Amino acid sequence: MENKYRVLDKVAQQDDEEFMDIVEDKRCCSDFSFAFRTFSPPPYKGAPACSTAELNRAVLESQYLRYEIKEVAVETGSSVEEVRDEVCRILREMSQNLQLRFIRLMAFTARKVFKRIFSAIYVNMEGVNALQQAAQESPVILMPNHRSYVDFLVISYILFSYDIPLPVIAAGIPLAGMKIVGEILRRSGAFFIRRAIRSDKLYWAVLSEYVRTIVRSGFAPLEFFVEGLRSRTLKSLPPKLGMMHMILEPFLKGEVFDVTLVPISISYDRVLEESLLAHELLGVPKPRESTTGLLKASKVLRENYGCMNVNFGRPLSVRQLCEGKLNRSQYNLIPRDLPQKPNAETEACESWLAHMIVRIQEEGTLTSPWSLMACVLLQVPTAALTEEGLLFHQLTEQTLWLRKLALDFGAHLSWPEKLSDSEVMSSTLALHRSVVYRKAGRVYLVRGDEPERKHPISPEEDMMRTAVAFLMLVSYRNQCLHVFVRPALLALAMSITKSTQRDELLTCFCFLQELFSNEFIFIPGRSSQDFDEACSLLKKCKAVHVSLWDVTVSDTGLAVLSFLQELLKPFIDSYQLMFRFLCEERDCVFTEKEFLLAVRTLAAKLIISGELHTYEALSSDVQKNVLSALRRLGAVTRIKTSENNEYKVNKSAVRRTGDMLAGRIPPQVVQAVPDARL
Amino acid sequence: MASNRNSSRHQTARHRLSVIAGHLQRPADSNAAVLAVECKAQEIRPTVKTGDRSEGRTVPRRRQEIMKWNGWGYSDSRFLFNKKGQAEFTGRRYRLSGMIIPNLKDWFEGTFGANLQHKTPATPILNSSAVQRPTLNEVFVEELKSTGIPFSYEAEDRVFRSHGHCLHEIFALREGKFGRLPDMVIWPNCHNDVVKIVELACKHNVCLIPYGGGTSVSSALECPPEETRSIVSLDTSQMNRILWIDEKNLTAHVESGIVGQDLERLLNESGYCTGHEPDSMEFSSLGGWVATRASGMKKNIYGNIEDLVVHIKMVTPRGVIEKSCQGPRMSMGPDIHHFILGSEGTLGVVTEVTMKIRPMPEYQKYGSVVFPSFEQGVACLREVARQRCAPASIRLMDNEQFKFGHALKPQVSSIFTSFLDGLKTFYITKFKGFDPNRLCVATLLFEGDRERVLQHEKQVYDIAAKFGGLAAGEDNGQRGYMLTFVIAYLRDFGMDYYVIGESFETSVPWDRVLDICRNVKARIIRECKDKGVQFPPLSTCRVTQMYDAGACVYFYFAFNYRGLSDPVHVYEQVERAAREEILANGGSLSHHHGVGKLRKEWMRETVSNVGVGMLKSVKDYVDPNNIFGNRNLL
Repeated sequence: MENKYRVLDKVAQQDDEEFMDIVEDKRCCSDFSFAFRTFSPPPYKGAPACSTAELNRAVLESQYLRYEIKEVAVETGSSVEEVRDEVCRILREMSQNLQLRFIRLMAFTARKVFKRIFSAIYVNMEGVNALQQAAQESPVILMPNHRSYVDFLVISYILFSYDIPLPVIAAGIPLAGMKIVGEILRRSGAFFIRRAIRSDKLYWAVLSEYVRTIVRSGFAPLEFFVEGLRSRTLKSLPPKLGMMHMILEPFLKGEVFDVTLVPISISYDRVLEESLLAHELLGVPKPRESTTGLLKASKVLRENYGCMNVNFGRPLSVRQLCEGKLNRSQYNLIPRDLPQKPNAETEACESWLAHMIVRIQEEGTLTSPWSLMACVLLQVPTAALTEEGLLFHQLTEQTLWLRKLALDFGAHLSWPEKLSDSEVMSSTLALHRSVVYRKAGRVYLVRGDEPERKHPISPEEDMMRTAVAFLMLVSYRNQCLHVFVRPALLALAMSITKSTQRDELLTCFCFLQELFSNEFIFIPGRSSQDFDEACSLLKKCKAVHVSLWDVTVSDTGLAVLSFLQELLKPFIDSYQLMFRFLCEERDCVFTEKEFLLAVRTLAAKLIISGELHTYEALSSDVQKNVLSALRRLGAVTRIKTSENNEYKVNKSAVRRTGDMLAGRIPPQVVQAVPDARL
Repeated sequence: MASNRNSSRHQTARHRLSVIAGHLQRPADSNAAVLAVECKAQEIRPTVKTGDRSEGRTVPRRRQEIMKWNGWGYSDSRFLFNKKGQAEFTGRRYRLSGMIIPNLKDWFEGTFGANLQHKTPATPILNSSAVQRPTLNEVFVEELKSTGIPFSYEAEDRVFRSHGHCLHEIFALREGKFGRLPDMVIWPNCHNDVVKIVELACKHNVCLIPYGGGTSVSSALECPPEETRSIVSLDTSQMNRILWIDEKNLTAHVESGIVGQDLERLLNESGYCTGHEPDSMEFSSLGGWVATRASGMKKNIYGNIEDLVVHIKMVTPRGVIEKSCQGPRMSMGPDIHHFILGSEGTLGVVTEVTMKIRPMPEYQKYGSVVFPSFEQGVACLREVARQRCAPASIRLMDNEQFKFGHALKPQVSSIFTSFLDGLKTFYITKFKGFDPNRLCVATLLFEGDRERVLQHEKQVYDIAAKFGGLAAGEDNGQRGYMLTFVIAYLRDFGMDYYVIGESFETSVPWDRVLDICRNVKARIIRECKDKGVQFPPLSTCRVTQMYDAGACVYFYFAFNYRGLSDPVHVYEQVERAAREEILANGGSLSHHHGVGKLRKEWMRETVSNVGVGMLKSVKDYVDPNNIFGNRNLL
């Protein structure tokens, strides 16, 4: 067990690592000559490279697909040829067509764009070198976090610059729909996956065989986002396990000796899509990905987005990580070409692995000054922030205090060293003028433009003007939540239980982890280690005394603890609000849509009336998370109907959960049903 | 007793004489037609015809007379670097004997990072005083004396019977270290002697460990250290007669102690053979084959041991077990032979076996095929198996093993031959574009009447051609087989220079052959690195046997242990990891080496709880007092 968790520590030790600015680095030569540089990655030792056509043929002719085609033909009553044609269609729609000249084209354009919008792109060279080494040994899976559309462009760009085999990238199907751009992406190595494919047996079969074939052949790294989609909240998302299973299967079945996972942490000073995301969370639908949309969006290219950090994690050997956790002989008795459902042990291991990757991604991200400032700003009452503003020097003081706390908790900061603290603060505020502005020594939250209308605007509309900026602020706070979340949960447990007893606190801590496991990433089965970690971190910053049986607040610890409790308060308030709503609602059955709408209306009402202080309850993300949490705890069940998923509420269970969260009744650790959705 | 010793001394003297005579009489035309037997040691025929019944038998009661006590094989045969620093194989028994092997030094140094200056010589002489005093069961010994069966408790005799040829066993011997030894060695002469011995052992609660050829590589001969009873090694080597040959049914009834080379030679004299040729056949015995489910190189024609036996007689603590007839196949419940086959000496002593025999083949021919890659080689073997046209033997060596085999090429006498070799190499690597670091070679042995062999050969080469294979001559093929007979000598040689190694095997379905080869080799390399081995190991494999549904894969693994404080422990850890890797990749625990004590920790997971229970209940019934207490298997 020990050595697996050391993985996390390793990342934490990268402190004094050299980061290099790749944009700066290349300015010496022209974009053109950069794009036409000789690209000669060292070859993969396992097998010679294979062309796209060969790859597709191998997939099509695989024993596995032949079997599945027959199955589907029998099930649907169509002929084998028809199903086979369908498979060909799916494969055509899906498959990448990586061509070096398109990479060159991309590199040329990307470089122009990057130079314009980013002041720097920092990459850790040690990670790049390790990756180059690893890519020769065994199939490599690149696993970046997903915060922006720019993510995968940047990674391909970096790999191209450093002579590492170019990745094939799992992308969402909407991108393929874009005229020209879709084709360019395809030729730059993207392959496209439809959404919600669990039930489509044939599609699933083609995709999984396609992915496995890529892993088996090993000549190109496979890149995919284990979080499944772009995080709208800039918070890490619980990993999706379907793809994880596909890439692990060749190892589990012994078809490759090992698979190397490379977690990549990308952090942005400022995210290109920031306001788009906030609007989406407030229920404004995401614009369809289209080429014209992209052209329209070119105005974002006129702004500055600060720095971008790409931190390549240490390559992880799946073989080493899974040692002793998996029985690979489970595949001995059935031909490996036939579909076989992974057993519970395998699923648990895959889930553990995926969660761990996300945690490593989190630990590898750099925390920006702005993210810390967002934490501070969000602890100021919103009304005050929009009306009176916060004194700049107060903001500075508190941000610096928080910086120290974050460092104590082991965060990696991207705090510019050459500048004075006040310069850093000022430049950060300037960079984020879309969210805050500074006037006469005070900092204010930006409010949306007043709509030009005849009649006075309604209180709802007025509130929405603040909500956008508020949620943007929330997103930036989310970027660094992972640094604080474990100690914060302990602080919360202390305030909920009003107890100092260790085991009582642990129980409450576990309950909170369970409840918030959609909000924050916790590695399954590690609660007690997380608890110990929280204790030691709080002890380190001298906030608590820890003994064998007790955890008590120290004299100086109140500030830290109340800050941490306050940090999570928006979540508690939002959850309680929704619990209350569910208990008071007459109807016990509703669809997700109905729920989201009703909660949004209620939250808006309460915010206007001043009863609710956080705008976060308006975020559809939090709302959905509440629903999943309750489902996991068994307080809400999903009933499948023909069209929509309907949910049935068990009011007493919801009330009980609310009471536990409020400390009215002692929390019990609910034995949650393992989340088997892949 | 005294007369007994006397006669044994007499025998010894006579044998020595015959050895010397044999040396002098070595056939002059050693370059004559290529024959399979030439790979093995030359028999040494006694010239003095006497009435002695051990005439023509290889193994004397006192093994020390002709064999090494702390290494493999004959005392006179070993690899060494001569004064000029060239590798040489001594003795006169083998085709390679007395020859200079010019490439071996470079290969050895290059592969292992070994150095002629860094030597680890073995303890030269067996120090009897380091041997534990025997624990004797006095009453048993008394009664045994009255039967007249020869026995001994001399240190040398006991040491010889205390081990097989696992690395750790030989390593300890070379360092002059001895663990628990048998307290006594008995040489029964016939089935009835064995019956008497087993009866006495039961009566006096003595632990019996049957000993055949001593070639075990599964720790099967190791005495359990926890055994407190007197341990008696029951050496069957003197039960080595062919009792009768039935030419109508083509069977022979043979005592179990006969070693492979004697059995084959004696049958050959009558124009027959069994065709059972395990790589250890110079020293391993018929009883041992039965007890471990042995497999022979030419099983494609003749079958494995379980296909060859018609009737088995075994003495157990409950009495003698045998069938009442010699029907070629029976449906009478589970075949009781299968309790005996693979019982590894835990149930009793096999004393007599009726075996199928065949007329000697008219014609034999070696061959070899070079493939551009191992993958293509395996695909070709798969196709040969699909068409069921396997030659007597077909083996596919990987690139490392191909190079290994190449390093064993003896010095060629003529410039012309070396020129031809160069031309061949040029043709394959330059003209055909084979990558010398990827290509691999299959060695073939065809057997039968001349016409059919040639026809068969063509068929196989045609298949090979479809997979990019090029015929590469008889010589390469023969050298491949030679490697298996001298590999154990080579291990001793390596151990003189800090290199330790071992082989192990498995059987696996066809679709997993490539994966298991790749993964096990890679695992070995990784484990060595993790365990602090300073030099990259030799990790190589070959596909040695094929079946309809799968193949047998054989791994060699060796490394230079300079800088390690406990090399044997490291070695064992790596081998253990390799075995786990095999099991995880769908390979079996063993194809023909057996389980012994080395692999018994995995028995339960490989045969299930019920399976272990079944075996246990047989053991409990047959041998309730654990007289056959070698603790193998379960």
